[in-house]
Amino acid sequence: MIRVDGLTVRQPATGRTLLSGVSFEAGPGESVAIVGESGSGKSLTVRALLGLLPSGLEAGGEVHVAGRRVDDDPRALRRMRGGTVSLLMQDPFTLLNPLRRAGRQIADGLPRGADAAAEVPRLLAEVGLPADVAGRYPFQLSGGMRQRVGLAAALAAAPRVLVADEPTTALDATTQREVLALIRRVQRERDMTFLLITHDLRLAFSMCERVIVMYAGRVMEMAGAAELRREQRHPYTRALLAAEPPADRRLAVIPSVPGSVPAHDAVAGGCGFADRCAYATPECRAGVPELRAEPGSGRLSACVRAAGLPAAPPPPPGVTAPARPAAEPVLTVRDLRKTYPGGARPALGGVGLTVAPGEIVAVVGESGSGKTTLARCVTGLERPDSGSITLGGLDCSDYAAMDRRAVRLARRTAQMIFQDPYSTLNPARTVGATLKEALAADGRPQDVGALLELVGLDPALARLRPANLSGGQRQRVAIARAVAGEPALLVCDEPVSALDVSVQAQILTLLAGLRERLSMGMLFITHDLAVVRQLADRLYVLRAGECVESGAVDAVLDAPAHPYTRELLASVPDGTGGWPH
Amino acid sequence: MNGWARFALRRLAGTAAVVLLLSIGVFGLLYLAPGSVQQTLLGTRPATPATIAAIQARYHLNDPVAVQYLRWLGGVLRGDLGTSIRTGAAVSGMLGERLPLTLALTGYGTLLAALAGIPLGVLGALRRGRATDRLVVTAGVVGLSAPPFAVGLLLLVVFALGLGWFPVYGTGEGLADQVWHLTLPAAALAVGAVGLLVRFTRAALVRELEQDYVVFARARGLRAPLVLRYALRNSLVPVLTAAGLIVTGTLAGTVLVEVTFALPGLGSLLVDSVTFKDVPVVQALALLLTLLVAAVNLLVDVGYSLVDPRVRLGGAA
Repeated sequence: MIRVDGLTVRQPATGRTLLSGVSFEAGPGESVAIVGESGSGKSLTVRALLGLLPSGLEAGGEVHVAGRRVDDDPRALRRMRGGTVSLLMQDPFTLLNPLRRAGRQIADGLPRGADAAAEVPRLLAEVGLPADVAGRYPFQLSGGMRQRVGLAAALAAAPRVLVADEPTTALDATTQREVLALIRRVQRERDMTFLLITHDLRLAFSMCERVIVMYAGRVMEMAGAAELRREQRHPYTRALLAAEPPADRRLAVIPSVPGSVPAHDAVAGGCGFADRCAYATPECRAGVPELRAEPGSGRLSACVRAAGLPAAPPPPPGVTAPARPAAEPVLTVRDLRKTYPGGARPALGGVGLTVAPGEIVAVVGESGSGKTTLARCVTGLERPDSGSITLGGLDCSDYAAMDRRAVRLARRTAQMIFQDPYSTLNPARTVGATLKEALAADGRPQDVGALLELVGLDPALARLRPANLSGGQRQRVAIARAVAGEPALLVCDEPVSALDVSVQAQILTLLAGLRERLSMGMLFITHDLAVVRQLADRLYVLRAGECVESGAVDAVLDAPAHPYTRELLASVPDGTGGWPH
Repeated sequence: MNGWARFALRRLAGTAAVVLLLSIGVFGLLYLAPGSVQQTLLGTRPATPATIAAIQARYHLNDPVAVQYLRWLGGVLRGDLGTSIRTGAAVSGMLGERLPLTLALTGYGTLLAALAGIPLGVLGALRRGRATDRLVVTAGVVGLSAPPFAVGLLLLVVFALGLGWFPVYGTGEGLADQVWHLTLPAAALAVGAVGLLVRFTRAALVRELEQDYVVFARARGLRAPLVLRYALRNSLVPVLTAAGLIVTGTLAGTVLVEVTFALPGLGSLLVDSVTFKDVPVVQALALLLTLLVAAVNLLVDVGYSLVDPRVRLGGAA
């Protein structure tokens, strides 16, 4: 159905090449996953395939769709979009026209002469939505419902190939599982060729028959999902799989890969992964390794040592979390309540928790659970309706009623790091200026270099502005800014959910180290139970503003008592063909 | 519909409050004018004890200022805007005579600006980065930076005196003739507005064309005109904002253009009244302009709610 041969994407204005030498096929009814971190070129590959590259980019190489060469014939490709090949995009909050009712958007994609009054309800039913959704605007629907409407719209012209670009990354864990199960059911029922773009190897194993692993704009490895799950013939695939922490056991060390994904051109002369690879030899940097078939098995690897790689180490065993001596809590929250104006139900309906010095307490929940409201109340960014917050012995229930000195003291006690590393730093200031300010605010000597080293960054970065840093580096700077005054409590609101897995592991390791060195308490807000398992001592599970379960991490995750906790655990992809169901 | 009615009522109340607040400032003009209030109200008449007493009695100048304001406001609400110091005629009548011309000029100018500016902006966005786009953007900047009276003079010299296609001054008789007479002044007003509209339209459409929903619409094979309609509909809010600015800007621009083309509208009346320190007329004009600007803003708000269901249904995100 789809054949891509030697695909290249370039940016003529800057002379940069973003990906090259990408070749693969997908047969009728076959499901293929393209896996990679940001910058791997996985999204550009499918955009190029569909003729939908952002302006300023240019594709080369051959693309055949349904037996027809389309790379040199944009008109033919345009006619094929919708009816032959269709795309489902990542963000349900932006992929629908905000000003058009859902039903009309679906109807817009129907083939000419189709009866919208009959077809739209049928498509909505196929994606598990009631017919009255047709009359609603996107903003009146939840994220999961919007993504289902998106799927219905993508299916309207009955495509034979469905491409899904990270279709559930922006959704909650439980919703993600439902939507993925839906996509797989629809794909099988319609017998479509399916191309899934994802950053999550385990998700790829569960959803697809074949997996292509990309890195820095090249294909690294290609194999059947089951084979690849059993054995990886490229060190990058191994590293990617290892960096995704398991939810079922705690590891002594989270395996992380040093460095970050390089630009395609920066590694044009050799293997893209060589600089981060433990098995690298001089041969790896001598030239770009070819994607070679392994004799007899049909799987492909671009590692020069593919045949001679030592066997992958067995999955590391779990350890029990070290016990922490009981101590006077640095943060005590009692019966916190908050209802937003116009909110149908309270965002927080009486939540209480404690954090001791050196303890990492996770607050787990999905969007709407109140976990972010809790973090914002603790740091004084939001004013609770009632309840008490005690920070280091200081009553911080109402920041507005505190005098200036008390507020300063509270701010020095509790600091916060945010989810999005791209908007958390002032883009106009250098890293050094930002950190100097944080140190001065606490009356500390302005030793920016030492602070950068504390978070594992080169002191030379102080001269740069955030735009010149990678996402992981920015998050490290944000952490440095937060710990500059050695606060007793660090509130982390989803600090790794916007980062690539290999970088996520680095940041988690950094946070675990900082907790020991500064004996900081941490309130760790997250939706990811695997992260909780690796990092936290205790957890609270929040649902719709209520705490449904709490306790020591190992106890709760090994034997969840509340059905909602069990549902959350079941939403973590396990890499088997049985998931998601 | 209930949500919409509530929305409209809220906006209406807000507008009324703003107008009321500004009316205090407008009334205060009397006291802000240089010289004493009696002198101002006397104008060029001799200041004898008799005339001063007459003025004091007529304007109740011995009452507290708040009472004077309320009395003035009561008069305004009944349609009594006072009498002109310069002509002795009722101010409301003077305004009534001149308002239609200014409204016609503003409407005509805005229409010309919209007819030229929006299509050019769309063209620029669709041909982004190419020669057409650069030409459109440059023309927009030139238009924006040209003052309307200077454009007016240029148009007069070229099209009225040089080519003789349009009359030099006057308002004309009958609809067709009036339109013909108003074309050059309206064009002079529209030139700057076109520049603004081109920029707003182009920027809004360029941004919308890069949105995910446009890529998604193309990816599932929607035809190009339909995709463009998606994007255009979504660029309407900033374009409406620009349109509101243009109507009010054009209204202010009539002051100079009416003088340039010797048109008997509110603008030329304002210039004359300021020159003669005819405070009651200036007050009435200021109040009328306030009311017009507030009405335009109200219309723009209502326009938003028609364009974007999120505004009227109160949804976020």
